[in-house]
Order: sequence, then C-alpha cells, then structure tokens
Amino acid sequence: MKVIEVLGSGCANCRKLEANAREAVAEAGVDAEILHVTDMAEIASRGVLNTPGLAIDGRVVSTGRIPTPWTIAAWLTDG
Amino acid sequence: MTSLAVRRVHPPLWLIVLTATAAWLVAWFLALPASTWLAFEVLGLSPGTQLGEAVAFFLYDVPKVLLLLTGIVTLVSFLRSFVSPDRVRRALAGRNAAVGTAAAAGFGVVTPFCSCSAVPLFIGFLEAGVPLGVTFAFLIASPMVNEVAIVLLWGLVGPQLTIAYMAAGLGVAIVAGLLIGRLGLERYVEDYVWKVRAGGVAIDERVTMGDRLVDAWRSTRDIVGRVWPFVIVGIGIGALIHGFVPTELVAQVGGSGNPLAVPALVALGVPLYSNAAGTIPIVEALLGKGLPIGTALAFMMSVTALSLPEMVILRKVMKPRLLATFAAVVAIGIVGIGYLFNWLTV
Repeated sequence: MKVIEVLGSGCANCRKLEANAREAVAEAGVDAEILHVTDMAEIASRGVLNTPGLAIDGRVVSTGRIPTPWTIAAWLTDG
Repeated sequence: MTSLAVRRVHPPLWLIVLTATAAWLVAWFLALPASTWLAFEVLGLSPGTQLGEAVAFFLYDVPKVLLLLTGIVTLVSFLRSFVSPDRVRRALAGRNAAVGTAAAAGFGVVTPFCSCSAVPLFIGFLEAGVPLGVTFAFLIASPMVNEVAIVLLWGLVGPQLTIAYMAAGLGVAIVAGLLIGRLGLERYVEDYVWKVRAGGVAIDERVTMGDRLVDAWRSTRDIVGRVWPFVIVGIGIGALIHGFVPTELVAQVGGSGNPLAVPALVALGVPLYSNAAGTIPIVEALLGKGLPIGTALAFMMSVTALSLPEMVILRKVMKPRLLATFAAVVAIGIVGIGYLFNWLTV
C-alpha cells in the first residue's frame, strides 16, 4: 500500500491537491492511504517551503504546485 | 511517461498561446473606443458632465484592469515557476548582512509565496542558516513589491509612481531587514523553530513547459476569480470620486497641509490587505484630485505590506515581541516614506 501525504496548512490549494490525489488513486487503481500533514515544523523539516507539498511513500514529489490527477496517477504507477 | 500522463490531447501549446495573446490584444485596443461608445452613444450621457465622466471612467477601467490582471499574472506566474524559494534560501545562506539583505529584498520581488506558506518559508530560511534580518527583508519585500500592484500602478497611474513605489518598497524592506538583524531578536523566535532540522532533500521534479503554462493559467484564474469583485467595487468608488468629489476637498483633507493624512491612510490600509487590485483605482482617482504622491504611496504600501491575517499566521513562529517589532518597523518605515515623498514633491 502506498502512503500519500498532502503537506499544507489546510488552505484552499491543499484541499484541491488532496482532491486531485483522491482522483489519482481511483484512476490508477492502486491501494493508497491519503494523509494530511498540517504541522508547520514537520512541513518545513521535509524541505517544503512553498505549500502545498505532495509526498508519496515519504518522498516529496512536488511543492508549491497542484499537479493534475493524471500526473499524480503516473507517479503512483511509475514508482 | 505512462499512457495516463498523455491521456488528454490538446492542440499544440504555441497555438493556444498565440490565440490567447491575439485575443488579449484585440480586447485591449477595443476597450477605450467601446467604453466611450457605450457611455456616450448607447447610454446617451454627455461628456463633461459629472455622471458622464464617472460612467465612462468605470466602463473603461473595468475591462482595462481585468485585462491587465489576466495578462500579467499569467506571464509572471509562468516566469516565476523557474524560481523556487528553496533556491533562494540556498543563495542567501551565509551571506553577510548588507549583501544578504539587499539580495533577499530583490529575490522577494521575483519569488512568490502565499501567506499560507509564510510559516514553512520562515522556518525553512532560518533552518538553512539565512540570518533573521535577511529573512525579514524577504518576507517584507515579497508581498509589497508584487506583480499585481506593479502592473496596475503602471497601467493606471503611470511609470513614475510605479518606479517610486518599487524603490520605496525595496528601501523599506532593506532598512527594516538591517534594523531587525541589528537588534538581535533571535531569542524572540519561537524556540521550536531553531530545533527543526530538514531531512528533506531537494526534489527533481520534471516540470514541462505545458505544466508551467497550465499552472500559470490556473493561478491566474484563482487570483482574478478572487479579486474581481474588489476590482469592480474599487473602480466604482474611483468613478464616484472621479465624477463627484471636488478637488478642494481632497486637497484639504488629504493634502500636505494635513500632517495626519499619512498615518491615517496607513492605518486604513491595514484591513484592506490583498485588495491592491481594488485599491489602486481609488488611488488613481484620488491622485487625479490632487492627493499628494507620498500619501498615496504610503497608503498603497500599507495595503500590500501590513496584513492582519499574515500577522496571525506569523505568530506561530514569532513571540509577540518580535511580531510587534516587525509590524512597528514596517509601519514607521511606510509613514516615513509618505512624508519623504510629500516633502520631495512639494
């Protein structure tokens, strides 16, 4: 099972990213859990300066952007 | 790339960009004749009357401001996708105070951050060894000298005031950064901030030109979608001022004869945060009625740089004393700029 983390304070962009991640999981048909990391110290310590950030299995794959569902789906199936 | 990534078929990028640019240019050159025709032919108002001038001002400024916003925000968002805060902090770490502060203010102009990112950004800068004063110079310059304010000032008020605004904004950010650096306020940063150690590694995300354009267009839709009601209201107020407020009144209340005008407008600007797009049409109309330039600049800077919501967010990483110092230094700097420019232009 994959772990997807949305790193952000809960602003509108973070919710949009979370929605895209959900869509990506459905599209890629993988088994994944989506978590929301809102602790600022943790977000910064993961190297994310520009929210929202997205991590898959602990690896940050994007920051300050909202990747499209199909891009996220590609990341999920690639790795 | 898997088949998922190319599932959506688009026309070629250059065709989309070319069509959008052409449409923008046509709309831009049609705005003035169309608004004049609408106000004076269709609505039958007469040029030179109060109502006629107010309506013409409104009908011309609305498409002009919305077009400027859409075009420039898209362009700037696209260009900005090449500069990341992570690169900026690496460039700033370990610089001496003077060079670092000036560079940070400059980077602030070209690097975006939304106020929801202010906290991780602040922690990330300090964690990378960027000095506190340098970090503040960045935090102050970034929202103040932003593309929306610059473009609207340039388009509505003119290049001279825009350049004055940018210079003054950078000046306040640099002086405030140097001062905060000198004051040795590191102990008023929340303690946990100093304990953060980044285990995160720089990511090598493959972002294509198409991604950058799509991102830019999305953020434009976000920004314009959020600010257009304020733009309309701002232009409406500007139009009323343009048509109905007598010049003597503005000169009397806001003129250089009233020394309280600068601090009063700075205070008024604080709750107007993020509505630069709505405020500039009002400033445009007031300047036309003889509001002194320094007072107008101070008002604009307070709208963009001093924000209550951002202060609340920054409280998470700063103890009250540091937060208060930051707000006071910026407020005093802005009021000082107002008096300075009023004095220079008398």
